[in-house]
Order: sequence, then C-alpha cells, then structure tokens
Amino acid sequence: MTLQEFLQNFANGISLGSLYALIAIGYTMVYGILRLINFAHGEMIMVAAYIAFYTVFIFSMPWYISFFIAIIITTIVGILVERLAYKPLRSSPRVTILISAIGVSFFLQNLGIVLFTGRPKAFQVPTLFSQVYTIKGVNIVSLTFFIPTITVVLLILLVYVINNTKIGMAMRAVAKDYDTSSLMGIDVNKIISVTFGIGSALAAIGGIMWSMKFPQLTPTMGLMPGLKCFIAAVLGGIGNITGAVVGGFILGLTEILLVAFLPDLSGYRDAFAFILLILILLVKPTGILGEKIAEKV
Amino acid sequence: MKRKIITSLIIIGIVIAILMLLQNTLDNFKLRILNLAGIYVIFAVSMNLINGFTGQLALGHAGFIAVGAYTYTLLVMDSDLKSMNFFLEPIVPFLSSVHWPFLPAVIMGGLLAGLAGLLIGAPVLRLRGDYLAIATLGFGEIIRTVFTNTQSITNGSLGLKAIPMPKSFLFIEMKNAFTWWVWTAVIITVIFHFLLVSSSYGRALKAIREDEKAAEAMGVNIFKHKVWAMVISSFFAGIGGALLASLMTTIDPLMFRFTLTFNILLIVVLGGMGSISGSVISAVVVTILMEWLRFLDQGFMGLPEIPGLRMVVFSTLLLLVVLFYPRGLMGNEELSWNKITKMFQRFHMQPREVRK
Amino acid sequence: MNLLEVKGITMQFGGLKAVANFNLNIDKNEIVGLIGPNGAGKTTCFNVIAGEYVPTQGKVFFEGRDITKSRPDQITKLGIARTFQNIRLFKDLTVLENVLIANHLNLQSNIFSATFRLPWYQKEEKIMYERSLQLLDQLKLTQYKNEKASSLPYGLQRRLEIARALATQPKLLLLDEPAAGMNPQESKELMYLIQELRDKFDLTIFMIEHHMPVIMGVCQRILVLDYGVTIAEGTPKEIQSNERVIAAYLGVEHIA
Repeated sequence: MTLQEFLQNFANGISLGSLYALIAIGYTMVYGILRLINFAHGEMIMVAAYIAFYTVFIFSMPWYISFFIAIIITTIVGILVERLAYKPLRSSPRVTILISAIGVSFFLQNLGIVLFTGRPKAFQVPTLFSQVYTIKGVNIVSLTFFIPTITVVLLILLVYVINNTKIGMAMRAVAKDYDTSSLMGIDVNKIISVTFGIGSALAAIGGIMWSMKFPQLTPTMGLMPGLKCFIAAVLGGIGNITGAVVGGFILGLTEILLVAFLPDLSGYRDAFAFILLILILLVKPTGILGEKIAEKV
Repeated sequence: MKRKIITSLIIIGIVIAILMLLQNTLDNFKLRILNLAGIYVIFAVSMNLINGFTGQLALGHAGFIAVGAYTYTLLVMDSDLKSMNFFLEPIVPFLSSVHWPFLPAVIMGGLLAGLAGLLIGAPVLRLRGDYLAIATLGFGEIIRTVFTNTQSITNGSLGLKAIPMPKSFLFIEMKNAFTWWVWTAVIITVIFHFLLVSSSYGRALKAIREDEKAAEAMGVNIFKHKVWAMVISSFFAGIGGALLASLMTTIDPLMFRFTLTFNILLIVVLGGMGSISGSVISAVVVTILMEWLRFLDQGFMGLPEIPGLRMVVFSTLLLLVVLFYPRGLMGNEELSWNKITKMFQRFHMQPREVRK
Repeated sequence: MNLLEVKGITMQFGGLKAVANFNLNIDKNEIVGLIGPNGAGKTTCFNVIAGEYVPTQGKVFFEGRDITKSRPDQITKLGIARTFQNIRLFKDLTVLENVLIANHLNLQSNIFSATFRLPWYQKEEKIMYERSLQLLDQLKLTQYKNEKASSLPYGLQRRLEIARALATQPKLLLLDEPAAGMNPQESKELMYLIQELRDKFDLTIFMIEHHMPVIMGVCQRILVLDYGVTIAEGTPKEIQSNERVIAAYLGVEHIA
C-alpha cells in the first residue's frame, strides 16, 4: 500500500475513532453511575440522524438549526427513556433492567421502521462539510478534519465540566458511591438525568456526524455502532471517560486498518470488534485504563 | 415418585391424543405454526435453563441455534442438493458426499451446538453479569458472521434451500412424520429439564442464581455448574435449530440475528424466568400470537401495510411486562394441580361473596 | 498438628492494610473467639481462611494442607464451613432446599445420573433428605421446612444459616457474628447451642462476635484485633482485664 493510501486510511480511522469515542462516552458515563449497559444508547444515533434529516427535508431548515434541534430532541428522548424504562427498575435485579434496555432498543428500532420505513434515506451533507481538499495527492473531505476537531473540543468541555463544576463533582460522587451521595444531599435523580442528557447529546452529535460520513440512514443504523461503542468503552475501561475515548480511537483505527491491510477479511469487520471485546475481557476485564474493584463479601 | 410418573404419562398421553387429532384436522399452514410453536418451546425452555434457573444472562442463543441448523442441513442434504445450492462456490469436498439420515443429523446438530456452548462458555462464564451478556451476544454475532463469510462451507449469505423433511417417524412412513419428531423432541426437552431442575444439580443452579458467593461457600463449584448449564442449554438450542431448518426448508445467516435471541428472551420473560411450564405456555401463546398479528404488518381493515408494527407491539409488550409484572406469568414456580385448583376456587368464590 | 494454622496473614486492598501479620493456631474441638471494634479486619480474616480472598502475604494450613490459594468451594469440601455477617440465605428457596444444597458437595453422581434418577443417585438423594431433615430437627426448624427462607423471622434465619453450614459436614465452623440482633434470652440459647453443636458434631469453632457475654461465656481463647493488628490473645479472664483491649473499645462495651 502506498503512503497516500495509508494516510487516507489513517485519516479515516481517526474520523471513525472520534465518532466511536463520542458515543462510547455516553455508555461509560451511564455505566459508571448505574452499572447499566444502556443498549438503547445506539438508537440515539438513529434518532438524531432522522430528526436532522426530516427537519431539512420537510421544513427546509438551514443545517445549523436542524442539527441543533436534533441534538435537543435526542437529549430529551434520552432523558425520557431513563425516566420511563430504567428509573422504575433501579431496585430490581440487574437482569431485569438489562432486559428493559434491550426492549427499549428494539422498540426504537422498530418504531423507526414503522415511521420511516426500512428504505435507506439519503442524508444531505452541508457543503461546509463536503469540501474536498487535495493534500500531497491525497483527497480528504473537510468532514475528516471537522470530526476529530469537534470531538476534541467537546471532550475538553466535558472534562472541564466534570472536574471544575459543582454538577461535575456531583456526577463523580454518584459514580463513586451512589448511596452516600444521596445521603449527602445530592439529588441523585437529577444527576442521573443530567448524565443521560449529556451522553445522549454527545451521541446525537456523533450520530449527525456519522450521517455525514455515511449518508445512508436506516432505522437500524444505530445497532451495530452502538454495540461497537460499548465495546470501545469496555476496551478502555468502563466507567472511565478517558478510557472510552482511548477505546474508541483504538477500535476505529484498528477496524479501518484491518480492512485496509486485509481486504479479504473485510466481511469480518463487525465481528472484529466482538473478537477484541472477548480478548480484552479475558486478558484484562477492567480495560486498558480500568481499575480493579474489590467486592465486599 | 410413582404418582409423578403416572401424572407425567397421563399428560404425555393427552399431548399425543391432541396431536393425533390436530394433525388430521389442521391444514398444512396451521400445522406448520403448531410445529413452530413446539420448536420455540425447545428454544425457550433451554434458554430458561441458563438465564432463568442459573441466573446468567446469556444472549448468544441464536448462535447455537445457527450451529444446530447448519450442521443438520449440511449433513442431511445429499450431494445433488448440495451442488444445486453451492452454485457460486463449490462446497468443501469432505462435506459434499456426507449424507446422514434425519435423526443422527439432528442429534449431531445438538452435539456441535453443545460443543460451541462449551468452547464459548469456558472463557466467558467467568465474567460478571453484564459483561457476560455482551460477550455472549458478541459470540452469537461472530458465529453468524463466520457463517456469512465461509462460502464454501455454509454457502454464505445465499443460504441453503430445499432442506428435506423426514418422511418417516420411527421407521414408520407417514405424512406428518415431522410433526411427530418435533413434538417428541418437545416432550423429551421438557421432561429432561424438569428432571434436571428438580434434582440436586438443579438446586445448585438455583443457589447460584440466588447468591453466587453463598453457593460457593456451601461447596458448589460455580464455574463448573455454570458451564454445564450452558452446554445443556446450547445442546437443546442446537436440536431446536436443526428442527427449525427442516421446518423452514431454507436457512440463511440473517435468520440468526440477535432478533431471534430477543424473541426467545421475550417468551422466557413473559412466561417467568425460572418456570419451565411458564416457558411452555408462553412459547405456544407467543408463537401463535406472532402469526396472528402478522396482519399488523401486512395491513388490515383499511390500515396500510406497516412492516415492523408487529415488533413494536412485541417490544412494548416486553417493556410492559418487565416494568409492571417482572415475574412474568409463572414467576419461578411451576404449574401444578394445586395452582389450577386454587384458580378455580377463586373463580367460584366470588359469586358467593357477591350474593352475601 | 493443629487443625488450623494461620501464619503471618497480611491482607492489603490497594493502599489499605486490612489485616497485618495475623497468626492463629486452633486445635481440634476448641472454641476460639475473635473480637475487636468495627472495621478491625475480623471478617477479612474469615474471608482469607474461607478462600474468599487470597492474602497479600502469609499462609493458611488446614489439617496440614496449604489452602492459601484454594477456592471457597474447595475449602468447604475440605471441611471448613462458614456463616455470613449479613445473612446470605437463598432467599427464594425453601428452608429445606437451603439445607439440601449444602449437601450437594458430597454428591458422587454426575449431572446425568441425577437427571435420569439412576438408582445410585436415588440412594444419595434419600440420604441427603434424611440428613437435612435431621439437621432441621436438631435446630428446631422442622415446622418451617417448606417456607421460603426470606419469610422467616430474623432469629430463625440466623439459625438456618448455621444449619446450612452444618449440612456441609464441616470439621471447622466459622461463625460470623451469630448473635447479632439477638436479645439476651436468645443469646443465652445461642451459647448453649454452640456448645451443644461442638459436642454433638465433633466440631471446632472459630467465631467473630460483638456480644461480649456470648464470647466470654463460650470461648476458651480469644484474639483481639484493632486496625488489623492483633493486640491481645488469651483466656476470657485475661482479655477482660487487658488494658489495651479496654482502651481499644473506648470503654463503651461492658466486658464483665
């Protein structure tokens, strides 16, 4: 493979990795607080994508308004899902809430099929993001620069909020010790809603950028990326935001490079993530940046 | 003990009598649904063993079903059928001439699925609850992806068509041999699970579900028991998969997506995680319901065709059960004469109280 | 040879040293006690002996065998049974089932012999039932045998925990705060029960307790832990008059 091809693949990998990172953060934050794998998180990608699509398609809004609305609505959907399907089950055995999450995921996907039909819809990418630049013989779309940049900006914002604001501290407290936090006067319900809100917002942004990178929308478009992003979060150390980012980039890069270097195995592209998952669970279940948690007997 | 054997024989006798009646009165379409219900009973009861009784949320059932289905199909097809199917890329030579009769092929399907259960269970059952769920889901997907990509063994995404049905049951040639095979398998599955669960090993599995650490402190080797539950569960999933292949007459990897596992999970949750009779009732009811509700997808009474509406209804149903009635129909208890008589008593009590 | 030998056990969780250089020798049929303020590391010692934790340093020997790295179920099979500080019964299962499960470890039949009810398994099952019912009888729980474990009042649940541990046919019984939540009358009955069990079942007993009358009344020897360190070891009389022990308890507990 030529240097140009490699650079193209590398840029692609960074893009994909950024998207995975953004979405993985939502998983890891929710898991950190509730010890729940939010199966429905992947569906936020789909929700945001379709809202963005329809606001442009039906209302002909300019993209910046359309994207903004999509993010807001997706955030609300994420918070609603938590209130309706997870909150009532907080004291139930973990199996029950996992099943509920699976149920929500399936519900949203099929609702999407009912509302939007299974036929792929073509997402209109705004010209700002579809400019093609040629650098040293390599064709790069402007989107490829925007994605990592936006991701990094959001990350810096998130880290600032978590480490330097009162709400961020509350979030860290609830993740560390749920019961004590509520005894300390923290409104745990509010914090959980905020966590789901931030996670869904990030997933929404990720979902919109995803639709610009892969402009074919289907109601099941969130399923595979959702699972992969959870794997990325586990890879980096579940509960750890930096870990989610690291995991996302590793997964994105290795996926692209796998397909690039071993095109015969490209059919295994999706399975590859699962193979990585099983490897990390066997070798270091707490993830790359994870810590061991001792269980009190 | 004797009373239980007599009761079981009576129940089996009733089932056989009902079957004989149904297979003569039902048309092919309805008979097919009946058999599909039976196969889902096998799926549900076997999933309940690891998920409900042992309390380990394993989401890879579709993968084991696929192993059973493909093993059966590749063994039971003769070389003509195989060359007809493998037109894009010829089948691997050693599989081409293999041609087994129905029963050994089905059993082999179960055995290979059980082996898959062992290979996957051994590493994965050491993981904690939520991780186990994702890992098994992952393995289910990996199995499916492998089947999609090994053109020369499984015919990849083209799938396999014209899968033959058995023509005889226990060496007697008959038209509805398949129905008898399916329901014999169902009876064997249900009895086996009942016996297992009511034995000391069943108690050990339930102890693991209740409190793993306490079970371990009482001398139960939890890993070994979990693996056993997984292997038995996947064996029966494979048997069901083989029967499913025969029923559908064609299989392809898309049939074995996570959706299949989800449907079975729904059935298990509805019937009660930890109740065999619950799974049986639930599987029959849900399968029939799924067929009956097909009209939702295909349009009725002026409503347009809305594919996916059926699944929306089902996911809503799952959510409602999980949120408001998580114990499902039977909870973790079994149907018994006591319960049935109590139910009748309740119905009979009310009018008298009203009269007062 | 001592039944149980604990040599230099140190248990460290990250930066926290829960137990430091814990040593213990127990002879057959002794009743030994372990006391100390909350958080002193008592249950941690139990957990190390029972195989729940592998100690950071040190070794545990049972009947001369090194069990330091053995799994809990292996250790139970060798003859050490335990109860839990916060009762860990199998809540949704009946009282009888709770005890039956503790018989499972002695089962010779494999899973298929059991499922198909082969004659050998049927014999074993009969013996398990007989043993379990006998134990329930001895601990006065027979009338509750078909009740769900979670429906029992607290005191009876504690008794069931003990019955369950006994069903594993242990040589050494680790009791973690068996008198917790009991009134004086119940504690007295417990004292008699412990001695009775030791005699009837040829047991050796090692127990953690906060309830001073019970510990002082029943144990031949007592060890005292404070912040993971053994600060005293001796007979009840010696411990009661030990100044370090009194200081550790801040004079709150009435030891006499």
